[in-house]
Amino acid sequence: MTTPLSQIEALRVKLADGTSTAHAIASTAVDNAEKLNEQLNAFLEIDRAGALLLATELDDSPDAGQVLRGIPIAIKDNICVRGLQASCGSRVLGPYHPPYNATAVDRLSAAGAIIVGKTNCDEFAMGSSNENSAFGPVRNPWDTTRVPGGSSGGSAVAVATGIVPVALGSETGGSVRQPAALCGIVGLKPTYGRISRYGLVAFASSLDQIGIFGRSARDIAMVLSVVAGRDPNDSTTADVAVPDYEKDLSRDVKGIRIGVPRELFGEGLDDEVRTSVERAIESYRELGAEIVDIELPHSKYCIAVYYIIATAEASSNLARFDGVRYGFRAEEAPELRQMYRRTRDEGFGAEVKRRIMLGTYVLSSGYYEAYYRKAQQVRTLIKQDFQKAFEKCDAIATPTTPTTAFLLGEKTDDPLEMYLNDIYTCTANLAGIPGISLPCGLSQAGLPIGLQFVGNHWSEGTLLKLADAYDASHPFSARPSIKV
Amino acid sequence: MPITESDIEKIAQLAHLEITEEEKRAFTPQIAEIVAYVEQLNELDTKDVEPAAGGLTPEGEATDSSRDDIARPSLGQELALDQAPDPASGHFRVPKVL
Repeated sequence: MTTPLSQIEALRVKLADGTSTAHAIASTAVDNAEKLNEQLNAFLEIDRAGALLLATELDDSPDAGQVLRGIPIAIKDNICVRGLQASCGSRVLGPYHPPYNATAVDRLSAAGAIIVGKTNCDEFAMGSSNENSAFGPVRNPWDTTRVPGGSSGGSAVAVATGIVPVALGSETGGSVRQPAALCGIVGLKPTYGRISRYGLVAFASSLDQIGIFGRSARDIAMVLSVVAGRDPNDSTTADVAVPDYEKDLSRDVKGIRIGVPRELFGEGLDDEVRTSVERAIESYRELGAEIVDIELPHSKYCIAVYYIIATAEASSNLARFDGVRYGFRAEEAPELRQMYRRTRDEGFGAEVKRRIMLGTYVLSSGYYEAYYRKAQQVRTLIKQDFQKAFEKCDAIATPTTPTTAFLLGEKTDDPLEMYLNDIYTCTANLAGIPGISLPCGLSQAGLPIGLQFVGNHWSEGTLLKLADAYDASHPFSARPSIKV
Repeated sequence: MPITESDIEKIAQLAHLEITEEEKRAFTPQIAEIVAYVEQLNELDTKDVEPAAGGLTPEGEATDSSRDDIARPSLGQELALDQAPDPASGHFRVPKVL
């Protein structure tokens, strides 16, 4: 079996044999980011000066064996990078320029990665289409009349087009896996507590997790080993050893038990997506995996549970944006409360307001028990479904999304219809388990289809191994029409 | 109980949001539809089910989440105020409260 070179590995080879330099690689990435931004709007800030300065420093210093030395990377604009903006796709932040780095960013920098820029996203990561950004939607490079998915749409597009080999996004209900599926790349949402969230602007704290995009599972494995692990600045990170995920990729899936919840392949699922995902699952059987039927009876309630818990937590987390300490402040407000209200009215977009209000409602006096407590109880049932399923299997296969990329504007007037995009992804966030999406085919219209695996806590290694094995046996060589 | 425009007004006030008449008309049916949708949870009998505390794994729960109480350098006044919309004399200035 030939080993398809990972994008990172290809750059490493060029750096090692002297056919390229960190400066040349960074320069190309920045040029491409600027050039493609006119059509795709994937970046909100491109740091040419910073990237080239760091690249020159790397070229002038001896190779200290850093694993991501000279590798360009893009960061979602809700993750703090010192010196660059952090707008979260919102006008309310001004934009804000954080005085510190997120822990994940510090770890990437220490490993030699070069940050090319900050990527566009749905405002405060709320959305499944990237149409909720205050700075305009990101466009899908496979078809610019379509959405790239969201909320980490800019990061997904930066990787899908080949501007950067890898990028960081964030997930609360599928915001890495869903755009990865719609853009034809790999996206990983790790276990809750795997990657520090210090410096990630909070949306829903019991669900949020930083995720990674790449064109291959191998590239994601390299980045995950760098950014994962305990952080004293994030009390939710767990003291669990970080393996060398790349070294553990054996391509051997023999004996891995893949569970298939057949009830999730019914109503609402596009026929082409179903066929493609079922065919991919069959391929795993041919590779030696064992396919078993499982049940996740409470999955159908996940959107209802998710939109209670996520909005409740968001209404609390977003209370801090009040025009006092940073970002935007509305003018013409002679009194404090009026200043808060006008700042928030002018600063937040419609979807963020809708979710803050929904969250405020479900937490309000007299409704807390009926909504929030009830949702947390059903969350327990969803967790128990997974615990039971993982007695019978090592990973669960489903589609990542019910359809391929939809048209810009197609679902913007119907929030509930938009929320149903997360039906396959948000259970993993509710249960705190990891999930991965990988491309498994194209529709007749030439749009990518995503296959999703979720696994038990801390099973990122198994998920990456499954994705890598498929990459090796069924290389996804199709590329978007807009690329570098 | 269906959500009305006056409910939306009250919620907006609680959330410190000043919404326009137009927004109120748009949000009312949308939020009412979402609330009706989430009420499908009432089909489930959860009398004996413990509410989940959050997203933590057993390993996360077992991890000591406190760090040693050691003084470390902080941002400092200048940097902390650097992004404020209206800093004044080393403080955050706000419009009058009363």
